[in-house]
Amino acid sequence: MTRRRLGRRDALRLGGVSALGAFLAACGVEGKGKPEASVAPDAVQKFWSGKAKNGKVDFANWPLYMDPKKPELKKFTEKTGIQVNYQEVIQEMGPWFAKVQPQLSAGQSIGFDLMVITNSLQFGQFRNSGFLAPLDHSQLPNFTKNAAPKYAQESFDPGNVFSIPWASGITGIAYDPKKTGREITKLADLWDPAFKGKVGMFSDSQELANFGLLAAGLKPGDSGEDEWKKAAAKLKEQKDAGLVRNYYDQSYVDALGKGEVWLTQAWSGDIFQKNVSDGTNFKFIIPEEGGTIWTDNFTIPVTATNPVDAIMLMDFFYEVENAASLAEYINYVCPVPAAQAQISKDAAAASGEDKTLLTQVAGSPLVFPGDADYAKLHYYVDFNTAEEQQTFASIFEPITLS
Amino acid sequence: MNRVKRTLAPYLLVLPGGLWLLLFFVVPMVTMFSLSLQQGDIVNGYVFTGHWQTYVDAITNYQTQLIRSLVYGLITTVALVVMSFPVAYWIAFYGGKRKSTYLFLILLPFFVSFVLRTISWRQILTDDGMLLHPLKEAGLLSPGFHILGTSYAVIFGLIYNFLPFMVLPIYVALERIDPRVVEAARDLYAKPLTVFRKVVFPLALPGVFAGVLMTFVPASSDYVNSGVLGSSSTTMIGQVVQAQALANSNYPMASALSFFLMAVLLTGVFIYARVLGTEDVMNAAAR
Repeated sequence: MTRRRLGRRDALRLGGVSALGAFLAACGVEGKGKPEASVAPDAVQKFWSGKAKNGKVDFANWPLYMDPKKPELKKFTEKTGIQVNYQEVIQEMGPWFAKVQPQLSAGQSIGFDLMVITNSLQFGQFRNSGFLAPLDHSQLPNFTKNAAPKYAQESFDPGNVFSIPWASGITGIAYDPKKTGREITKLADLWDPAFKGKVGMFSDSQELANFGLLAAGLKPGDSGEDEWKKAAAKLKEQKDAGLVRNYYDQSYVDALGKGEVWLTQAWSGDIFQKNVSDGTNFKFIIPEEGGTIWTDNFTIPVTATNPVDAIMLMDFFYEVENAASLAEYINYVCPVPAAQAQISKDAAAASGEDKTLLTQVAGSPLVFPGDADYAKLHYYVDFNTAEEQQTFASIFEPITLS
Repeated sequence: MNRVKRTLAPYLLVLPGGLWLLLFFVVPMVTMFSLSLQQGDIVNGYVFTGHWQTYVDAITNYQTQLIRSLVYGLITTVALVVMSFPVAYWIAFYGGKRKSTYLFLILLPFFVSFVLRTISWRQILTDDGMLLHPLKEAGLLSPGFHILGTSYAVIFGLIYNFLPFMVLPIYVALERIDPRVVEAARDLYAKPLTVFRKVVFPLALPGVFAGVLMTFVPASSDYVNSGVLGSSSTTMIGQVVQAQALANSNYPMASALSFFLMAVLLTGVFIYARVLGTEDVMNAAAR
């Protein structure tokens, strides 16, 4: 297919079976690894020049990440005349990347102008493959004005070159106090033999690794292969002792509700929502040893057909009232600090149950963490190369797939 | 002219199906095989290097899951033959006018998505669910008792999900048996068990053969049941392939595992056909 594929060395290596070999070599998956091209100084201008507003935007997001009535989108359409086609098509980062990669690689539209990408392994894959459009910050005035400064220093995308946050969340421990019979305060509780077979962990290798690292007294941010091995050993110990019931994806909420697990790794907003919608009384804590913070981010794929409409929508969510209205519903960490005052104001104007709820949201450290909370939160492990990432995967994989 | 037409006709007839197979079977298979011998990563692309080591790694790293998958597949298939034969027998010989209704009832649950049905079982079998909760409340089971996450749950799910693929072929084979043959055996003073052993079962063998093929292969490579009903100690090879392909973008490993599994299954099926005597089976099936 390309000269590189059929280089002289390859041909020599193939030897006698070269005819079949050449045929086999011609089929495969082509990569796009040239990130330099997209961060060139004129990249922003190159991408955005000549692009105009088209009156519509296709938005791919995770499920349960907006009020089903979509009040914010209605308001956006009223204000700008842009129609939003909102779809909850992203369930997991790996499969989503695998699904859109062939189209992006071929330079075709994926049918979406806006997608919410977590700062996972795949964020790096999207960025390094040159699949993300560089953002024109002159078109993001509300972001510049209202976003918390710490969001400009995120290790996975310093300076928000390709992404701005949709919402952040905390990974901590959720538990059912009726079942555990005592308060859960630390990661060590996940290793307590008293809870044999009743502990839930995440199947996502990064989430799992982070807790292994923190439990072993290591920091995810500056960890390498040696630390990963120690963390894996710590997790293996937990597994071999029969403590872990299962390694879950989003289904952990259900497992907690059904008594399958008593305490589990959990994402902050989920537990808040579960308690509100099912009347349960689960607790969520940030462990003493620390928890992790992740961010789901707005990104525009390079092949987007309506990027101008997309970036307008991104900025719209950074107007204080819109950020507040979103946080009121989803209860994840809001990237706009001023939204806290707005929610308190809404709470004052509301009555009854709404009032209680909004007051709770405004005061919740899970939606607006204080400095003390942030001090306990760690970012994910960063990878410099694909090999590093594969090594990481191969160290933690035997725990979840055995 | 006529002769040319006659010699060409069979080839022309096979052309549409042949092209279909070439495009949607041969091409993807060759692509996958090629991928299994490539090296690289998703960002920089994969390059063909004839790297057979991936196969060695696949087998050494995942032998537990490979063996487990085959064992689960085997248990499922045996259980299905034992369970399906009486059902198919009853419908074929005692179904009367309602035969098609009974067959429809067997198929009915399968109008709902495979994944949804499996998730529903999860709701039923869960620790504090409708099945175990009352028994635990009544003190009949210890509070720690659970089904979900065990091999039993996974095999149960496989049996449930593949049942019609065993019942239907056996039913078809039994249905074809001429009742007069059975009658003749009885007239010759064969006891019911002898009739079954010497007449009915051998004639139903092609159906069993087809049923085994249609259940063993997909059950061994299934990843939904072990994912939804199992735990990390019931991981099947399908789940590993899924994780390698979708979560890790390690396409060579996923392809190598798929190819190896296919080879093992084909060998198994071939041995099985030899033991049963393919000719008889094929002849009977062709009738």
